[in-house]
Amino acid sequence: MSVLQVDNVVSGYGSMEVLHDLSLAVGQGEIVAMLGPNGAGKTTLLRTIFGVVPPWSGTITYKGEDISGVPPERLVRMGLAYIPQEYNIFASLTVQENLEMGAFIRDDDIHPRIEEIFELFPDIAERRKSRAGELSGGMRQMLAIGRALMLNPELLLMDEISTGLAPFLVDAIFERVKELNDQGVTILLVEQNAPKALQTSDRVYIIEGGEKKAEGNPEAIAADEEIARLYLGRS
Amino acid sequence: MVQLALWGVVLGSIIALGSVGLTLIWGITDLFNAAHGDQMTVGAYVTLLVVALIPDVGFLQAAVGPFSFPWAVLIGIIPAIIVSAFLAIAIDRVVYKPLRRMGATSITGFIASIGVAWGLRGLIYVLWGADFHFYASGIRPMVSFLGLRLRTDEVFIVVVAWLATAGTYIFLQNTKMGKALRALSDNADLARVAGINTDRMIVWAWAIAGFLIALAGTLYGIQTQLRAEMGWIFLLPLFAAIILGGQGSITGAAVGGLVLGLAQQMSTAWLRPTYKPAVAFMIMVLALIFRPQGIFGEKESR
Repeated sequence: MSVLQVDNVVSGYGSMEVLHDLSLAVGQGEIVAMLGPNGAGKTTLLRTIFGVVPPWSGTITYKGEDISGVPPERLVRMGLAYIPQEYNIFASLTVQENLEMGAFIRDDDIHPRIEEIFELFPDIAERRKSRAGELSGGMRQMLAIGRALMLNPELLLMDEISTGLAPFLVDAIFERVKELNDQGVTILLVEQNAPKALQTSDRVYIIEGGEKKAEGNPEAIAADEEIARLYLGRS
Repeated sequence: MVQLALWGVVLGSIIALGSVGLTLIWGITDLFNAAHGDQMTVGAYVTLLVVALIPDVGFLQAAVGPFSFPWAVLIGIIPAIIVSAFLAIAIDRVVYKPLRRMGATSITGFIASIGVAWGLRGLIYVLWGADFHFYASGIRPMVSFLGLRLRTDEVFIVVVAWLATAGTYIFLQNTKMGKALRALSDNADLARVAGINTDRMIVWAWAIAGFLIALAGTLYGIQTQLRAEMGWIFLLPLFAAIILGGQGSITGAAVGGLVLGLAQQMSTAWLRPTYKPAVAFMIMVLALIFRPQGIFGEKESR
């Protein structure tokens, strides 16, 4: 059974329709990647799943429960977490405060969990009292991931977490993604770096113009010359 | 000059206290609230109302220690801050929340808040008229040291204003709700995504702003006198202080308020006191030209 099911979702901003009748599914324990050109609607889909943008029609189901239009503050209680592409840290708060905000809905002692996150990302542990806005690009992304992990999510939505990072940092981030997945976190990610996404994911969707153009396992997608030429920027 | 600076500190303390709530709301809701000054007037007048209702028995209408104002003022502050907090929440629910729902720009909110300002002031005129009012009549005791003179009331004002400002800062830095308010001010989208109930936080922000502005209004009433225009005229230095301090920055508002108070009072060494608002306006314009993000501006530009 799939953890996340998106059926015939139409969504957009104002009067502009961005997603046209889009469907996809993410199975338990999978890493699913969404690839496609800029403006294809991948970010809009993540925002619609996470209740930031209400769907115009269609249904979104999480573990059998209809979550279409359910606001983020309820979704985080159900085990979902979302890392937006930009502005994904509270720049004026300290590193530690960012993590505390990740567990805002918890009323018990969250410090053990904060220490676990710092063990996972030792680099940011040294900067725990620093303002997050002072961190380097790579550390910011680690903090953004750490914030999203504070509530031990079962399903993690990640939007282009590797964009703008040096190649060795991209590798480091994707290693973490793999580790998280090995620990049982299901992941739906949007990625610009097609080779990296194909290498990391279990299944791939190609999205363009708010529609699903192709789906399949990474090997099949990589082997399809037309897809590669049209959507993955290879000639 | 030192005497002027001292008076500047007194005025700056009230501006600082008044601008803390204003910058909090600006940071959290992106609203530049033009009704903040008149909410200050309402706070001062609610205190006056209670003072008028309290009978002259026992110590109630007797002056507090070395100060000019009676105990009734200190009692009156409590209902004033409660009324002011609920009024602020009510205005948000009725006016600004629907605008946010519609995705209105901050200019629309600003214009709506001018309407609220005129409405509140109209209410004050209807209930109390255009006359001046005082919390207490009689002499205002002075203290002097090193050849400088200050009214005892002004010492009280400075101490209370900075205690309240520092208290707000400590609350925002150290409590869970304070951190969530700062997170919301920093990045509203991410605050929602992190699971913070932003709607409830906005209610608390207005309650805090209402609380602080009623206190500032009452202190200002103690220092000078109450009149229907008091808050509206006070709005310009408040705006200048928060622009100078940076959107959403409590430290910035406090420092900005102090700078405004000092600049306005010290300018009277060369300029007529009637030019005080012009001094505030000039500082605001200079801040907008040379440092639009403010001294302590923390928001990442988008």
